[in-house]
Amino acid sequence: MDFGPHLILATLEGAITAAVISLTAVGLSIVFGIMRIVNVAHGEFFMLGAIIAWWVATAVGGHPAVGFVVAILVAPATVGVIAAATDWLVLRRITYDPERTIVATIGLLYIIQQATLMTFGPDARPVEPPFNRRLAIPWVEFGDGGLSLVWPWGLGTTSYKLAVIVAAVVILTALWLVMKRTRLGLIMRATQLDSEMAMAFGIPVTRVYAVVFGLGAGLAALGAVLIVPVQQAHYLMGGDPLLLSFIAVIIGGLGSLPGTLVAAVLIGLSDGIISVFFSPTLAKILATLLVAFVLVFRPEGLFGRRKT
Amino acid sequence: MSPPAGESPHWPAVGRTPRFRSPLLHAGIILGLIVIHFILPEYHNGNLARIMVLAVYAMGYNILFGYTGLLSLGHALFFAAGMYGLGLPMHLLGATPAPAFLGGLATALVVSAVIGFLALRTSGVAFMIVTLMFAQAGFLTVLLFGEYTRGDEGFVIQQAARQVAGIDLTDPSNRYFAALTLFGVCLLLIAWLVQTPFGRCLVAIRENEERARLLGYDVLAHKLGAVIISGTMSGAAGAAYALLFGYAGATFASVQYSILPLLWVLLGGAGTTIGPFIGTVFMFYLIDLASGVTSAYMLIAGLALVLLTIFAPQGLAGELRRRLMSWLP
Repeated sequence: MDFGPHLILATLEGAITAAVISLTAVGLSIVFGIMRIVNVAHGEFFMLGAIIAWWVATAVGGHPAVGFVVAILVAPATVGVIAAATDWLVLRRITYDPERTIVATIGLLYIIQQATLMTFGPDARPVEPPFNRRLAIPWVEFGDGGLSLVWPWGLGTTSYKLAVIVAAVVILTALWLVMKRTRLGLIMRATQLDSEMAMAFGIPVTRVYAVVFGLGAGLAALGAVLIVPVQQAHYLMGGDPLLLSFIAVIIGGLGSLPGTLVAAVLIGLSDGIISVFFSPTLAKILATLLVAFVLVFRPEGLFGRRKT
Repeated sequence: MSPPAGESPHWPAVGRTPRFRSPLLHAGIILGLIVIHFILPEYHNGNLARIMVLAVYAMGYNILFGYTGLLSLGHALFFAAGMYGLGLPMHLLGATPAPAFLGGLATALVVSAVIGFLALRTSGVAFMIVTLMFAQAGFLTVLLFGEYTRGDEGFVIQQAARQVAGIDLTDPSNRYFAALTLFGVCLLLIAWLVQTPFGRCLVAIRENEERARLLGYDVLAHKLGAVIISGTMSGAAGAAYALLFGYAGATFASVQYSILPLLWVLLGGAGTTIGPFIGTVFMFYLIDLASGVTSAYMLIAGLALVLLTIFAPQGLAGELRRRLMSWLP
């Protein structure tokens, strides 16, 4: 088979990964940026989003689109509320101490994962996409009559996969508008800049923290609902998104949203392309080592600015 | 800081001073473990042998986390370095246990020196993530060379190969005393280490790094020393585990095995000599009981972690030290 069509396919698959990772990574980045904590259980909120989406879609029944629309509204909201509740029950009590938060969220990771195993079971279960038209990838070739379009056999994508990419762009734009143009965004940015000063100006910082933690988890869940018709819901599915979003957040500069976004797109695309052409294990080794060395030699991230 | 004994006329009687209590306590634990071997049924003896080896891992972890205040999320790399450093030469080259064990120690020493050199350039959260990432890369490397390591499935070290100087390490009783020997040596080593100027400087770094630096201590060299001692002890536990229980697999290099020593140390009490052992015993039996009830036994571990961070950040031995025995080393 030709190299060209495969590269296009790999890029498309990579773009879907990039779309999902951007949502998850931006969620992680918001939490880190504003609350200054690392949420190790972020991948499990992603997984919860997919699981709840499956539950909702199964309960609603009827046309797949109805179930999916209900799921995309209910799942992220539920996960957001669960996350805000954990913030209130656990993180607030340990005063957001960075190291203890990591330990507590590791505990949370096991609790969510194992509770899902006990209720949802170890099987992977699919959610039907709301629409799923098969699209063949066209390719330009030199034929007898000059240039012509051909459709290489077997290579194709679906309309739903393209919709995932569009949806991610829409959601991220909306988030950007919320952060820059609304009162809530202003409050969050003020808390990020200086939480003590924000508190002095009457901003209820503890409540902002709960909202931010919920919002971050909700974004991860949203990414999961989008990807679950392509990739089935499973209780261990949180590991890879956690690792990839971590990488994106670190390479993009801890806490910097635009940097995270650029890094997420780069990582998603390269992950798609590398795993089509190389061994996925080798790709992961290189990715983890890259993160480690970036942190060792450029702790402020590739796109971050050194703080004074 | 205790003044040298004998200088002060008001110095309390022998047996009540930390100088004498500490060796008494540690000798007592080791003696107790010898006695208990002849009382407990075989099932618990097998468990205790495993617990002692894992407690060595926890004690190694404790040097870095409890005494130096550096939280590593990648100690499975050192455990696995010891395990495969011993296991691979025995499995592939037919090496005998004694040189293979030294091989395991040497591998862990080299790996921890390299990781320490790199990771200590960072601190705090970055240090945790860097160690986590290096350990993850190590885990994936074990999988990548599945041809030799047999990946997740792992490999078995045959009974015939596990003989040291005519002693069969597969015999439950021999295994128990082999585990106890390693445990005893490491326990006394740590009890001694934390009394030395080196050990006291580690605590100073944990309490206030800037001040330790200001007082003229080479903070980086002390931290690197702590990483190397901690990593090598963890590697010794890994090598002993493979030798005594005859199995090496990729699971021992996974994130879960980096989290477990943290859990044991937190539960037992970070920065105490006996905490890691208490925590390991407690957690082992908790999971042992839980796995009889549900397959999702890691739920218990998760709950324990969350509750500990909220209610007892000092751990069991830490609470003991705070409430009853302020002299606890």
